[in-house]
Amino acid sequence: MFGFRYLTALGCFVASLTLATSVNAADPTKVGFVYVGPVADAGWTYEHDRGRLAVEKEHGDKVETVFVESVSEGPDAERVISQMAAEGADLIFTTSFGYMNPTIKVAKQFPNVKFEHATGYKRADNVATYSSRFYEGRHVLGLIAGKMTKSNTIGYIASFPIPEVVRGINAAYLAAKSVNPAVQFKVIWVSTWFDPGKEADAAKALIDQGADILMQHTDSAAPMKIAEERGIYAFGQASDQAAYGPNAQLTAIIDDWAPYYVRRVDEAMNGSWSSTDTWGGFDTGMVALAPYGKAVPDDVKAMAEEARKAITEGRLHAFTGPINKQDGSPWLKAGETADDGTLLGMDFYVEGIEGSLP
Amino acid sequence: MIMIEARAVTRWYHEWIAVFIALLLTAATVSVLLASLGLDPISSLQRIFIRPLNSVYGVSELLAKATPLITIGVALALGFRAGVWNIGAEGQLVMGGLCGGAVALAFWNIDGFWVMPLILLGGTLGGLAWGAIPAFLKVRFNANEILVSLMLTYVAILLLSVMVHGPLRDPTGFNFPESRLFHDAATLPKLFSAGRGHLGFVFALIFAVLGTWVVKRWHLGFEMRVTGLSTSAAKFAGYNRDRTVWMALLIGGGMSGFAGVVEVTGNIGQLVPNISPSYGFTAIIVAFLARLHPLAVIPAGLLVALSYLAGEAAQLSLGIPAASTQVFQGLLLFFLLGTSLLVNYRIRFGRVA
Repeated sequence: MFGFRYLTALGCFVASLTLATSVNAADPTKVGFVYVGPVADAGWTYEHDRGRLAVEKEHGDKVETVFVESVSEGPDAERVISQMAAEGADLIFTTSFGYMNPTIKVAKQFPNVKFEHATGYKRADNVATYSSRFYEGRHVLGLIAGKMTKSNTIGYIASFPIPEVVRGINAAYLAAKSVNPAVQFKVIWVSTWFDPGKEADAAKALIDQGADILMQHTDSAAPMKIAEERGIYAFGQASDQAAYGPNAQLTAIIDDWAPYYVRRVDEAMNGSWSSTDTWGGFDTGMVALAPYGKAVPDDVKAMAEEARKAITEGRLHAFTGPINKQDGSPWLKAGETADDGTLLGMDFYVEGIEGSLP
Repeated sequence: MIMIEARAVTRWYHEWIAVFIALLLTAATVSVLLASLGLDPISSLQRIFIRPLNSVYGVSELLAKATPLITIGVALALGFRAGVWNIGAEGQLVMGGLCGGAVALAFWNIDGFWVMPLILLGGTLGGLAWGAIPAFLKVRFNANEILVSLMLTYVAILLLSVMVHGPLRDPTGFNFPESRLFHDAATLPKLFSAGRGHLGFVFALIFAVLGTWVVKRWHLGFEMRVTGLSTSAAKFAGYNRDRTVWMALLIGGGMSGFAGVVEVTGNIGQLVPNISPSYGFTAIIVAFLARLHPLAVIPAGLLVALSYLAGEAAQLSLGIPAASTQVFQGLLLFFLLGTSLLVNYRIRFGRVA
């Protein structure tokens, strides 16, 4: 890719020279990771760090990894990313949405360094983006929730009204509704990705409103602990949270970045890396489910497994028409599936969900 | 027997010697910690504290990080001297960033020499207004300014969040809570070709000089100082406490607001939900490190800024966890404040006289 750039800019000779040095270099490939939170024991950053460890394990001394944790999404991000590039990183993963513009800015200053930004939508020659189709997991969670709720009320703790979160609510609701027409979703927006206190308060409020199953799109294990205390069910988020709710957890969506990180580092090392937009689901292994909890009956397990398989094999799409928007206007015709563009910009509830987006 | 006794005379260089001793003690303690982690202390210290600064880029980034700390630190030093405890500079900074950013977005893609001054004015007024609330409540109802200004910080942060989720959201940004990127006329010029050091640093230096002048030469500064030292003396002298409260909080609010708008236009280039990694709170430490001398705020701000860069360098090149930043800062503060005792007191060994 940038071999071509050198060719045109400096001529064949220089190009072959740079190529030669880059091949001869015995230096390990340096891979950097920028984390939004502390690595901790569970959750978003923990899973990215597991991906990093998988890269180390896979490539041994051919790679060297570095990371900086708890980098706020404000002005500090740009400095950390560019320091990483200046310190000789060859490939840098910036693992939070708020790093999008800083990543793009730094990438301009370091055209020879490759960047990967998680969950964003801006790309460049040396900036790729990647994210997971968490909504596929949400579909399976919705099916289980719809089957297992007694009160027909599912509590949902949401973070910010960005498309990814809205998509998750819609996917889970549609799936639950398909197996239980009486099901209702109650959504509380907490405006944070991680705040155990707020999340716990939201969980209690939802339970008091009759929810007997909790879903969350926030990172802490607090809702799982509350569910365990109150004797209801919940789904883990980002990591397996069975340790926090051995009886409560029905399953969890696990963000498994390891296969993607290992592959991309591999491509960077053998020169086949290019700027791509990856949105992987069950099929790529980027979305996985934790083992089903004790409470999940066999028939529900079988149904969930069948749905997971069908999505993996491409036989089932979580958004298959007929689906109307919340205001009753038609969105998808019978049998039609949603295109990625609409999903990526999703800013509406589907018909049947009460309340409005903040 | 070890005794601590007051010095009969304190000389100007005592303060500097104390700072020097504090730095040495910090370096020594950090060395011990590094050695206990199995790292070579000398080369590690060099990597953590010197390497971030051995390029134009590094210095430029240091200045960018120190800019809001110095700007707010100067304002707080003035206010604290007057005994007005404005703990809410963080909120005033956020309001400044929000209001200035809103002006920038209102004039999006409009060029003109007047755009930038208007943005800076908008930000300053935003911070000023936020500082005026605790001032009014203090003067009118004697409400505690520490509580009011602190609580207003959270209001300001939530207000910023509402705005970037709603009215100020980038219309082409897929609903993500961020504003558009500011255009060039709404971006502060950079000082160097590398890094993000921007014109705001020059303003910060000017503020520090102006602040010193206010303290030393202006009657207002004297009035504020007297009020801070003794309310009854100030009353006896006929000074108006209310005026001091207003001045301290308006200066604090206005300059914190200025720091906020400078941060968004110089450093970030757009409005995001999170525009400050607690600069407003860290500036309190900076002000006290500088012993409330506006000019001394400059080195204090640079030093604290360096401690952040050092924390990142430690993670990057040595693989030490993020908590190391806090350890560096904690040690530095501990020793600086501890050795300050030596400025006015001295330790004597010997028998009780």
